[in-house]
Amino acid sequence: MAVVTPESAAQNYDVIVVGSGAAGGQSAYTLTMDGARVLMIEAGRDYDPRSETPMFQTPDAAPLRGAGTPDKPFGFFDATIDGGWSVPGEPYTNASTEGGRQFKWWRARMLGGRTNHWGRISLRNGPYDFKPRSRDGLGFDWPIAYEDVAPYYDKVEMLIGVYGTNEGLENTPNSPEGVLLPPPKARIGELLARQRGRSIGIPVVPAHRAVLSRALDHRSLPAKLHPGNAKAQRVLSEDMQNRAACFWATACGRGCAIRANYQSTTVHLPPAMATGNLDIVTKAMAREITVDAAGRATGVIYVDKTTGREHRASARVVVLAASACETVRILLNSKSALFPNGLGNSSGLVGKYIMDTVGASWGGNIPLLEDLPPHNEDGAGGDHVYTPWWLYKEQLAGKLGFARGYHVEFTTGRQMPQAYGAYGNDAGGRTSYGARLKEEARRHFGSYVSFTGRGEMIPNADSFCEIDPDVVDRWGIPVLRFHWKWSEHEIRQVAHMQRTFADWIAAMGCVSTRSPSPDGRRSIEPGGSIIHEVGGTLMGSAPSTSVTNSWSQTWDVKNVFVADGGVFASNADKNPTLTIMALAWRAADRILDEMRRGNL
Amino acid sequence: MDRRLAIKWMLAAGAGAMLADPFALGAPGDGQAPVPPPARGYGTDPDLMKPYKPGDYWPLTLSEGERRTAAALCDVIVPAEAQAPSASSVGVPDFIDEWVSAPYPNCVKDRTTILDGLAWIEAESGKRFGKGFADAAAAERVSLCEAVAPEAPEGSALEAPSKFFRRFRNLTTAGYFTTPVGMRDLGYIGNVPMATFDGPPADLVAKLGLTDEVKW
Repeated sequence: MAVVTPESAAQNYDVIVVGSGAAGGQSAYTLTMDGARVLMIEAGRDYDPRSETPMFQTPDAAPLRGAGTPDKPFGFFDATIDGGWSVPGEPYTNASTEGGRQFKWWRARMLGGRTNHWGRISLRNGPYDFKPRSRDGLGFDWPIAYEDVAPYYDKVEMLIGVYGTNEGLENTPNSPEGVLLPPPKARIGELLARQRGRSIGIPVVPAHRAVLSRALDHRSLPAKLHPGNAKAQRVLSEDMQNRAACFWATACGRGCAIRANYQSTTVHLPPAMATGNLDIVTKAMAREITVDAAGRATGVIYVDKTTGREHRASARVVVLAASACETVRILLNSKSALFPNGLGNSSGLVGKYIMDTVGASWGGNIPLLEDLPPHNEDGAGGDHVYTPWWLYKEQLAGKLGFARGYHVEFTTGRQMPQAYGAYGNDAGGRTSYGARLKEEARRHFGSYVSFTGRGEMIPNADSFCEIDPDVVDRWGIPVLRFHWKWSEHEIRQVAHMQRTFADWIAAMGCVSTRSPSPDGRRSIEPGGSIIHEVGGTLMGSAPSTSVTNSWSQTWDVKNVFVADGGVFASNADKNPTLTIMALAWRAADRILDEMRRGNL
Repeated sequence: MDRRLAIKWMLAAGAGAMLADPFALGAPGDGQAPVPPPARGYGTDPDLMKPYKPGDYWPLTLSEGERRTAAALCDVIVPAEAQAPSASSVGVPDFIDEWVSAPYPNCVKDRTTILDGLAWIEAESGKRFGKGFADAAAAERVSLCEAVAPEAPEGSALEAPSKFFRRFRNLTTAGYFTTPVGMRDLGYIGNVPMATFDGPPADLVAKLGLTDEVKW
């Protein structure tokens, strides 16, 4: 079994998984390792990071020195192919033209989806993050608690490999001893940010990222992950030996040919394929879920993008892992006599309460970091340190004027020069050139530090997506229309970020005439631009107030599960990918149990 | 490449060649329409493993004269020094040509700025020195750059030329410092596989009064 065509796919599967990213990859991995026969439906083309990752290419080997374009928004060498803020032939719309009311939707039509290019920052939600309403009266509590998810965080971290440390900080859970890999040493700018951050009360600790700082222990981990399952242990042990440790060069955003970082295509799909239980059909656009007279899902209708022809796949269970909004689209387009408003939508809540991460950045030149002796700061191709949210007590006491926190990511160091930014100092508005420019460029290489805030957005009734009644995509499938609005909590949170970052770079010795706007509206990144959208199929404790139950299973159709970020009842500042994987593993375990019991 | 597109590009390249005499261009904004760029770029699924050079995806469109001016200007901005060669010797004029010939919105916007600016600098050189910019003496070329390096007041005669100079400078440095030669010149020494990552040199950490005592 392998990548198949619609014609060569089997008649029937145990489970259809729609999507191949963090959620789809994890679902397929867990299900196939336990013997379920799975068909994965992916809208993009097949993609192999081992042969398609431009690891050491320098920008002069790329068109336009690798600069971002509408075809490759994150630069030519970014791993994303057939993706971006717009995908040809696959539009979406926004209901409002008003400033701050738009949602930007990033998609990656390729095997592995958006896991191929992400930042690999892998943070656990903490106990507060599952019960936010109980803490401050806003948003929604999840029907599950940290303790329900913790064992799955453990498993995912052991499987994918995450570097970091246990610091015991508030609402920032430790992993069990031996689970995390050692973090890389901090870069010089990160050390300076830590020293000066401490002087103004801001902690800096090693980041958690899904990069192998050393090879995984292929002898002991498989037995911990798959107790009593000899075949799964053998498959995983073999596969872990094919993942190399990081060699401390090249940016993770390009993907990883040596499989040292997590992508669905480097971690989940190879062992799942090796079980022989996974078929993947690529360039297949899922349109709707089919149901029988009893209201049970029977399978999925998809369009073969190459031929434009429609195909049907059948299975006992359907897992939606298409990304939060694409999953909403499939559910709302699955209309039938039994479900005239779309599948799983008896509550009317499918598409409601979509959330992104709150983002803003500020930085400056740090004279102490000028003219440093050349040394290699490539490191793990991303952050080595970060700042978890540190003002829980002040916030709970009502001292901050906004309800939820943010963490801070850093950009420092002597990274490979890119085709953006000016290299001159341009003091007094004078454009530098010649020998003076060269001197300035050498002196300032690596002296610029920037802080990036990543904060929690509280779900609100004005941020949702629905089917646009007038627009269809190239295949005639109705598309999504977005509605978006930030609340004052997010706006004030961004203003706090900007003040903090300006204080912080000042504490590092930055002398800047610029200062950030005190108005968060001017600094907040547009909705969707952090590419952390979750919600739309929220899990909850009752069918009238949520779309799925605590097992990510739709209340209305018991053999349909949502494995992606759609089920998030809140969007903590912690980047969602690790939690998506943990919940997908948990849902897949439930599916396996229920199939064994004959309930599915 | 499909034939229709190829013809379109050839036409675009031909029209570019017609602008060969830079003195014919006159001052910026004289109403001459810029050459239309090609309709398509490299698409959303280019082969990332293949090395590219300017001109592989769309034709270069600067005229011979414009390229000479651009190369001379590049080398005032990034001159040859004892430890590193000049911008033109590592292909920066080709990159600038590729950039202003590309179909993407930022590039299309820059095209007008750059073509008008190159024409201005050529005309100004003719006026001041009685010869083209590339043929002017080194000191003459520098004196012209000195005139446009300061930010010019809005509405002044030098506003457009000084904006052009800033943009051209940024393209030149982007083109130069992203080459292996430029990276070395800048002090970037990464992009090599290593068995371990050892962090910053210990004496540097000490010199800045920092500590690396924590458990990572």
